[in-house]
Amino acid sequence: MASFTLNGKPVKLAADPKSLLLWTLRDEIGLTGTKYGCGAGLCGACTVHVDGKAVRSCMTPLAAVEGRKVTTIEGLSPDSSHPLQKAWVEQAVPQCGYCQSGQIMKAAELLSVNKKPTRSQIVRHMDGNICRCGTYHRIIAAIEQASKEV
Amino acid sequence: MTTDLQSGISRRAFLQGAGGLAFCAAVGADGFRLVSQAQAATLANTLVTPWVRIAPDGTVTIFTAGAEMGQGSMTSLPLILAEEMDADWNKVKLEWAPADPRFYGYTFNNVQMMQIVGSRAVQLYYAQLRVAGAQVRKVLIANAAQKLGVDPATLRTEPGFVVNPAGGQRLSYGEIAAFGEIPAQLPAVDPKELKERKDFRLIGKQVARRDLPAKVNGTAQYAMDVKLPGMVYASTLHSPVHDATPAIWNGVQPNTPSSEPESWNDAEVKRMKGVIDVVKLPNGVAVAADSFERARAGRNALKVVWKKGKAEGFDSARAMEDYARVYADPGAKVSPIETKGDVKAVFAGAAKTFEAEFRSDYGYHAQMEPLNAVVRINDAGDRAEVWEGSQAPDASRKAVAQALGLKEEQVTFNQCYMGGGFGRRSLGDYAAECAQVAKAVRRPVKLIWTREEDIAQGMFRPQSFQCVEAAMDASGKVTGWKHCVVGDGEFLLQTGIRIPYYGVPNQSIERRGVSHGVKLKHWRAVGHVFNVFAIESMVDRMAADQGMDPIEFRMEKMGASPKARKVFEALAQMSDYKAPRPSGRAVGISITERSNSLGAGAVEVSLDRKTGKIRVHKVWVAVDGGLIVQPEQARHNVESAILYGLSSVLHERVTIKNGRVEQSNFHDYKLLRMSDLPEEMHVQFVDVDTRPTGLGEIGNPFIAPAIANAVFRLTGKRLAHLPFTPDKVLATLKA
Repeated sequence: MASFTLNGKPVKLAADPKSLLLWTLRDEIGLTGTKYGCGAGLCGACTVHVDGKAVRSCMTPLAAVEGRKVTTIEGLSPDSSHPLQKAWVEQAVPQCGYCQSGQIMKAAELLSVNKKPTRSQIVRHMDGNICRCGTYHRIIAAIEQASKEV
Repeated sequence: MTTDLQSGISRRAFLQGAGGLAFCAAVGADGFRLVSQAQAATLANTLVTPWVRIAPDGTVTIFTAGAEMGQGSMTSLPLILAEEMDADWNKVKLEWAPADPRFYGYTFNNVQMMQIVGSRAVQLYYAQLRVAGAQVRKVLIANAAQKLGVDPATLRTEPGFVVNPAGGQRLSYGEIAAFGEIPAQLPAVDPKELKERKDFRLIGKQVARRDLPAKVNGTAQYAMDVKLPGMVYASTLHSPVHDATPAIWNGVQPNTPSSEPESWNDAEVKRMKGVIDVVKLPNGVAVAADSFERARAGRNALKVVWKKGKAEGFDSARAMEDYARVYADPGAKVSPIETKGDVKAVFAGAAKTFEAEFRSDYGYHAQMEPLNAVVRINDAGDRAEVWEGSQAPDASRKAVAQALGLKEEQVTFNQCYMGGGFGRRSLGDYAAECAQVAKAVRRPVKLIWTREEDIAQGMFRPQSFQCVEAAMDASGKVTGWKHCVVGDGEFLLQTGIRIPYYGVPNQSIERRGVSHGVKLKHWRAVGHVFNVFAIESMVDRMAADQGMDPIEFRMEKMGASPKARKVFEALAQMSDYKAPRPSGRAVGISITERSNSLGAGAVEVSLDRKTGKIRVHKVWVAVDGGLIVQPEQARHNVESAILYGLSSVLHERVTIKNGRVEQSNFHDYKLLRMSDLPEEMHVQFVDVDTRPTGLGEIGNPFIAPAIANAVFRLTGKRLAHLPFTPDKVLATLKA
């Protein structure tokens, strides 16, 4: 059994506590916005929040989120209205889009602790998230834009 | 299950939709054209599919053949059609075009195909989509004219409306659709009737790409996200030893060739929790299970004895040294690429000659979404459905049909967003592999390659050795040019090796092929990466030798073409490249062509001489890409290619030892991260009215030589082996 709060709602699953959060979210619960990129904590495509902190769900067993609050891209806002999501559209950040859920969740963690990050703080915070299409400069612009709103 | 990209309306509902005008695509002797549904229906044994549909509520549905891997052509292609039909873009809905090249293909070398490679989607579809849009507009005008009792020539259109200036009436496209008829023969369109550039409302304007909203909230559907009732999961362990022929990238591949499994711990893996079956493939063993984690655990537990493959024992570093011997071997087989003038004579009589060798390692696509597909086969085994993100839906459909022994008509292909493509996803191989597993386990299957598998089974940009020689006359003009590239992969080796942007009168350009059995494939501008590196490094070397400014040398001594002069002039202006730079920084210049576009670029770099780490601070590129359909998106494409190029130049390298790829994930196949991002990137398009040309790769190949040329200005040393990893930079500095 595993139980935790997912995007504000309680979840109870008959699942092996060793099962990884990524695949439980995607294949058992059906929230597919969180992506599989490397399976080894190296790219950040699977980033979600656990109690407000960004974690790599591809390396996180269910036992580690027992009784805790998990937030995925689907729960960041009910209607894509999070300042980061709006800024992501306005700055036209996504290209293939595959890494962007993870990028946005990682950026949301930053703004939750540092409302006005400098460029170098943004770079340091986001450096673990790979974007193969090369949207990094737009990610920075979008975070800077959103930081004016939060 | 094919769904409307915005509203989720199913294809069935779309076809059964009541009322409105449905235009159909059909193929005639002149290739793609629109015909009325009635006429199309009479074409014996011809598959007929709607292309544009106008609903009475004014909604215009346009099929898009722009396979979307991030480059934005899913939006650009229907926008071209919408422009000519004067559609109200806010009322346009997009739907993926079915995988049928007879209706949705472009014509290339007399073949109808849908493959989106070389960043040529807009270039290849532009003309036919404009004609299609103009035909729809003409039909709408004809119907309105009849209704209003006026001469069609007196009517004009505004977005979504036919307007009668004399009578003041306005009929919306939706209203016309409700009563209109499509003539048996659609009107012909004279090229003169197409809109003039000054009248464009969509082309060249700021129009947002349609896939953005779904890509910030997790709803964009990649094949990875498809779930079917009763679906199980599979993952494959392929032979680590590749078994390919040099041109395996060319054609449909139900299984990319790696050596065959001989025996494995079948019973042990089958006993594992959740494992449903272990399936033998021609090139590997797949494990199917009730969850992906269990399929992966089964795959990781496989112990397979493999037959020998062609790449058995292959060592990429040793092979590179063999290439130099192939180059030196007078008896080696040579494939000429370009022969002009009298090279022998001009080198014999030259005032000065130059010669330099270059090397480049294997490169991996590293698309963020590991390769995957979903396949469902019906109980009777005579219909299959595929979900895949594919650069070539038609090829995927064919590969799946081949794998299952079905006809293509028995396979339905459902396009998905691609989490990156970069040339890897046009063979249908992993979809066909999924189909083989689905057939064996008799259930719908989602097959996912692990990242480790994706790298081990990569289809790489080939490694290469090159020798470039140049001959100069007494005035410093370059009069002779020799370029030989040695490596595996045939045609992949030679893209970008020609120099049409320079006017060197005597040229001998050739390829010398070897074959290692390693799987190779198109890779964002593929051969351009190493060929342009070699060409532009050599040109820069001659400029330095002559003590000339690098752009002036290219203009005066290389005989730069008028098109090249234009991009160099734009580059000079935007980059102010002659201006002094901060201490420890220097600027390097280069030029590349790709898919009929031309781009001149400059980079400003610094170098940490202790660690060997190169840092690129600023990038400028001036591009002639013809008429730009979506300027903002085009800029994104060029920026994306700049960073893709930068990543490959600074970090990326696949090495193969004992026939096995040595890298396994992003810890040892390093990609560009945010901390490597240049502080500034400037992209400028030269304003021209010529046809659109490819833009997704033009930003990539100029980067390597521009960096190498800047490093030369800083250090007096020439980097000659891609990638410029710190160890290689340090070795060059010490040499």
